[in-house]
Amino acid sequence: MARELWKGNEALAEAAIRAGVDAFFGYPITPQTELLEYMARRMPELGRTFLQAESEIGAINMVYGAACAGARAMTSSSSPGISLMQEGLSYIAGSEVPCVLVDIMRGGPGLGNIQPGQADYFQLTRSAGHGDFHPLVLAPATVQEAVDLMTISFDLAFQYRTIVIIAGDGALGQMMEPVTLPPMRPPRQERPAWALTGVDGRQPNIITSLYLDADELEQVNLRLQAKLARIAAAEQRWECYLTDDADFLVVAFGTVARIARTAVRTARAAGIRAGLFRPISLWPFPAPALDQLAARVKGVVVAEMNAGQMVEDVRLIVRGRAPVRFLGRTGGVIPLPDEIASELTHMARIDAHANGDRG
Amino acid sequence: MTRGTVTIQSDRCKSCGLCIQACPQHVLAFAEEFNLRGYRPVQLDEREHHCTGCGVCALVCPDVVFTVYRQPLRRAA
Amino acid sequence: MTTMVMEREAPTLTATPWELVYQRPAALTDLPTHYCPGCSHGAIHRMVAEVIDELGIRERTIGVAPVGCAVFAYKYFNLDSCEAAHGRAPAMATGLKRVRPDRIVFTYQGDGDLASIGGNEILHAALRGEQITVIFVNNAVYGMTGGQMAPTTIAGMKTTSSPMGRDVLTQGYPIHIPELLAPMPGVAYAVRRSMHAVAEMRKVKKAIRMAFQAQLQGVGFSIVEILGACPTNWHVSPTDALDYIRDRMLPEYPVGDFKVDARLRD
Repeated sequence: MARELWKGNEALAEAAIRAGVDAFFGYPITPQTELLEYMARRMPELGRTFLQAESEIGAINMVYGAACAGARAMTSSSSPGISLMQEGLSYIAGSEVPCVLVDIMRGGPGLGNIQPGQADYFQLTRSAGHGDFHPLVLAPATVQEAVDLMTISFDLAFQYRTIVIIAGDGALGQMMEPVTLPPMRPPRQERPAWALTGVDGRQPNIITSLYLDADELEQVNLRLQAKLARIAAAEQRWECYLTDDADFLVVAFGTVARIARTAVRTARAAGIRAGLFRPISLWPFPAPALDQLAARVKGVVVAEMNAGQMVEDVRLIVRGRAPVRFLGRTGGVIPLPDEIASELTHMARIDAHANGDRG
Repeated sequence: MTRGTVTIQSDRCKSCGLCIQACPQHVLAFAEEFNLRGYRPVQLDEREHHCTGCGVCALVCPDVVFTVYRQPLRRAA
Repeated sequence: MTTMVMEREAPTLTATPWELVYQRPAALTDLPTHYCPGCSHGAIHRMVAEVIDELGIRERTIGVAPVGCAVFAYKYFNLDSCEAAHGRAPAMATGLKRVRPDRIVFTYQGDGDLASIGGNEILHAALRGEQITVIFVNNAVYGMTGGQMAPTTIAGMKTTSSPMGRDVLTQGYPIHIPELLAPMPGVAYAVRRSMHAVAEMRKVKKAIRMAFQAQLQGVGFSIVEILGACPTNWHVSPTDALDYIRDRMLPEYPVGDFKVDARLRD
């Protein structure tokens, strides 16, 4: 397969098309708009559905409708737009229909700006809407990984009848990198048994999230939670970089993880045995893998483009066995490798001091 | 002239009375007894007039309690 | 649910056979509705189901239920159906129809759902000329939540959230949906009908039929606004509610055809 230079947003769009997306509904918002624009050109060429909705609320509810019909449906947006989609996401989760979202995160809160950010970590993993549910959240660090994750996202969504979110940021969406795209998969012709297709020869299919009876709704929730537990057990993804002998660990995802790799190399050049733990699935968080590392490292640095969100998960997993330091940049500021490296240096110095090495 | 009749699913009836008001033959009235839901359901009362099977009751009924039948009188003769 | 059905026996007393002239439509389930006595929803559901049966489209029709009193419409229609978020039924129907253009897709919405929280969704579905059918029931109040003011509440009408009567200077004016949508080029059929009398109800059903016909012919977006009774929240008897529609609702909301595409045929 040829490697080609692709912009993140457009690569995501083409990967979704090759993964067999039937329908795209979206609303323009920087820094993801190229994804929508790409779909606007390509989907009609292929005889598939593209529609620019009146709002993100409209878009997510169109996705909901198309998903009810058994189609591979998706939308993409950026942080403020995802906030607007939370209503629909909750209904989609409650009705257990599959769909795929892309969130190219930007700086917040409010209108914020259009620079890269990671402050949707809580929104995506914890509070994608009211009620008890978690989408499956995948955070690529490269354009190639964005393509690879998008390629499997519809299968995951349909396998579990769940929401899959590709969580990138403005940097990933806008950058160009060489990628290998997957082969084209035809749109699915068959429809799942639960899909709304008309009652031809069978009892009606009903898709709803409404259960007025408390016991009945509790049963629905228990079933949903059991499904989420299966996803949590089976769908953890992460990458370790130089962690085998690491004394000090950087935990970072997405764009920040790329910077952290450089910081790890810088620290190693200075004689600090550093490594990188990169969660790829933000929900489910790869807790057991980090737990094993946390049992033997001397310190953990968590770096994020937010005021400290994933660090809460990390602290819960480390459970005081090693000190956890947080480096956060907000407002669209991207941390520099040296900032992360100096956190590692600082941590190593404190550790040496505590162990009586006053050099 | 045609002769008609209706069958009534009494336990669906909510005693709204829209059919009684609408019936051009005045052959519908509330029953004395109550149905399972605690309403006095509508019933056919042909002491003074006869049902023609016009179907107006079924048209106005919000609870779909009526099934309507019709029989040409000449055939009944 | 167990329902004892005290059916009179079908008359078979004479030698000549009785003709069945009316029975429950196949597009309705057997489930008794939760609607209050005299509520128009039941009869409007039934008419929609009759039209679906008469057009022979039950096997390929998909319904979208609203949030409001008709929230359980999906239980009453014997069809594939789904439950939308409040006001979003036109967007959901858009998604369904766009990926299954060979299916008949309709929404069933109340006035709070369609004209208030779902204003943007209905406006843009109409602007796009979505090939969907919208059954819009206007009873001038939020019924399910207990009779609050709706965007369609008429001036001076007392509701639980306009206890002194709707003051248009502070609470705004009633909205006229089919008049608003009719000028849009994508709209093929936009009419208002009323449930207050037998003759008017026959016209309601005809309009529902035309609205589905518009979709079958693919000529554009179709909507029927139906003035319906809410005896409970109007605090009147079911029969007086019909007079209420005639005397209070009709002056504000005249029945009429605001758009009938020339290509549309019955």
